Amino acid sequence: MYRYDEFDREFVLARVAQFSDQVRRRLSGDLTEEQFKPLRLMNGLYLQLHAYMLRVAVPYGTMNSVQMRRLAHIARKYDHGYGHFTTRQNIQFNWPRLDETPEILSELAEVEMHAIQTSGNCIRNVTADHFAGAAADEIADPRVYAEILRQWSSLHPEFSFLPRKFKIAITGAPNDRAAVQVHDIGLQLARNEEGETGFTVYVGGGLGRTPMIGRKVRDFLPEADLLAYTEAILRVYNLYGRRDNKYKARIKILVHETGLEELKADIEREFEAIRGGILTLPKDEVDRIEAYFAPPVFKAPGDESHFAAAIETMPGFADFAQRNLNEHHQPGYTSVTISLKPIGGAPGDASAEQMDVVADLAEKYGHDEIRVSHEQNLVLPHVLKADVPAIYQVLKEHGLAEANAGLVTDIIACPGMDYCALATARSIPVAQRLSERFGTPERQKEIGDLKIKISGCINACGHHHVGHIGILGVEKKGKEFYQITLGGSADEKSSIGEIVGRGFSYEEVVDAVETVVDTYLNIRSGEEEDFLQAYRRVGETPFKEALYGTQ
Amino acid sequence: MMKVVTANRLFDGEVVWLGAGGRWVEDLGEAHVLETKEAEAEALEEGAASADRQEVVDVYSIDVTVEEGVLIPVRFREQIRAAGPTMRLDLGKQARRRVNAA
Repeated sequence: MYRYDEFDREFVLARVAQFSDQVRRRLSGDLTEEQFKPLRLMNGLYLQLHAYMLRVAVPYGTMNSVQMRRLAHIARKYDHGYGHFTTRQNIQFNWPRLDETPEILSELAEVEMHAIQTSGNCIRNVTADHFAGAAADEIADPRVYAEILRQWSSLHPEFSFLPRKFKIAITGAPNDRAAVQVHDIGLQLARNEEGETGFTVYVGGGLGRTPMIGRKVRDFLPEADLLAYTEAILRVYNLYGRRDNKYKARIKILVHETGLEELKADIEREFEAIRGGILTLPKDEVDRIEAYFAPPVFKAPGDESHFAAAIETMPGFADFAQRNLNEHHQPGYTSVTISLKPIGGAPGDASAEQMDVVADLAEKYGHDEIRVSHEQNLVLPHVLKADVPAIYQVLKEHGLAEANAGLVTDIIACPGMDYCALATARSIPVAQRLSERFGTPERQKEIGDLKIKISGCINACGHHHVGHIGILGVEKKGKEFYQITLGGSADEKSSIGEIVGRGFSYEEVVDAVETVVDTYLNIRSGEEEDFLQAYRRVGETPFKEALYGTQ
Repeated sequence: MMKVVTANRLFDGEVVWLGAGGRWVEDLGEAHVLETKEAEAEALEEGAASADRQEVVDVYSIDVTVEEGVLIPVRFREQIRAAGPTMRLDLGKQARRRVNAA
């Protein structure tokens, strides 16, 4: 894992001191709310419906057990005993007090954590594949480059006042698990014919009120040019991105309005001017950062007879092993998805006790590594297959063993109107009701791979546009109203879902989704054809007819 | 018309409403109901002055109504603000009310 050097440590401590002083001046009246708001947002502190909300960064979703225990401690001491893991691989605390946030940030700094760049019109925390460094299909560990981008982007003076926020995602495998094509910049690690490492680069993807799939601007960008090329993209965006209209300020609009070829030419021109200069990545610096992410010292494969026996004898374990394990590159190892989607639970929520349990498991079985996935689950990336039954047993005792990774109840949902000041409808209760509706193991298994994603407003934090079934909550005549989109996806073949027809009330929406699911079960060519494949084969007509009748 | 003035308390973000005598109250039931445009304008001014004293932030007025003798906000969003998350009845004002009632 990455460890802070002297510079990082001083930087984070200085920021804590600075923010403590800003809070003091706000409370004493030396700063007005207007002056203070951008300062608190730069430190991840929002004011939501019921209270302040603190968003803590988990860079590229990686942390260790000490950090997880600290999050649990903060949940207990400063909040109501829980936290919410988000689609940005971060964690949010829903009830901190303003006057206590300096103390929280200082407790976080002690374990090399912070809330910097979790808000504001800057380059946000870089997100990455949650199986980074572990997955069998990986070309190289994307976190090395995510960390290099973090170091380059933190407080970058030229890019601290961008037209709008800017999100970069990176994946190290051909199977994209980081949704790179719906980010402002998406990077997919690749190897060229000479076997050198580089990146396929996408620009201008994004969700929100104008969803767009990123456009490919480079098939293969050499590793050494990563920063120079990224800087060139940011410069073009900073210069030409719209500042007159907040809703048209993201780079996706610039790509759309300028046209891909012209924008690409602008980027290449800027790149030519700075390439080969100070931003060229030296190989020894890449190697130095890579050393931080060196794989743990793997053990020899354990006695896997327990695993095989548990499949036969341990209730629920066969399903868990089938759904929640991801193939590891190391023989005898696997990655375990810890679902934060218990049937009827709030997606992404974890109690302080559960955080401690995961920390203990990571320490005991998982080489002290934990990941947060953008699908709002946790991951133990490196565990011996032989240890999985023991891990499962502990998870089960703490409500963390739901065998639903990638299934219909593994729902992404934003906080929605239960917490969020921007929301126009609730998301979490819709997710909970859907989870209960489809929650039996038999029903979930019958339906197979299906991603439902729910947002409580047009800003699309719940990624509804790229849900196989997407649900967008809006307010209509004072009531919550839910629009359904079908056929979205956020993998290497990303697509934006299409609105299927008029929306549904809060009461109706769960039935409507069940109608969609039942329609899929009726029309699929066989069990091996999943929802998305079936939708792509037949289009929206049968779903439309099932929902609205044949008109 | 029936309105009340609301805000969030600066130091902890708690939802509050303007009560009698310009005091901020944590329970909507104790809020001062405004029945004229003039009364609303006056209350908003009072709220703004309080914001200037670093007591609250985000002062605005909301529509309220009375149902079965209980004051409730008209907009659903404001109903949630007045109670707490709808799926966590153990949190927010609704939880405190339950504790008080027990």
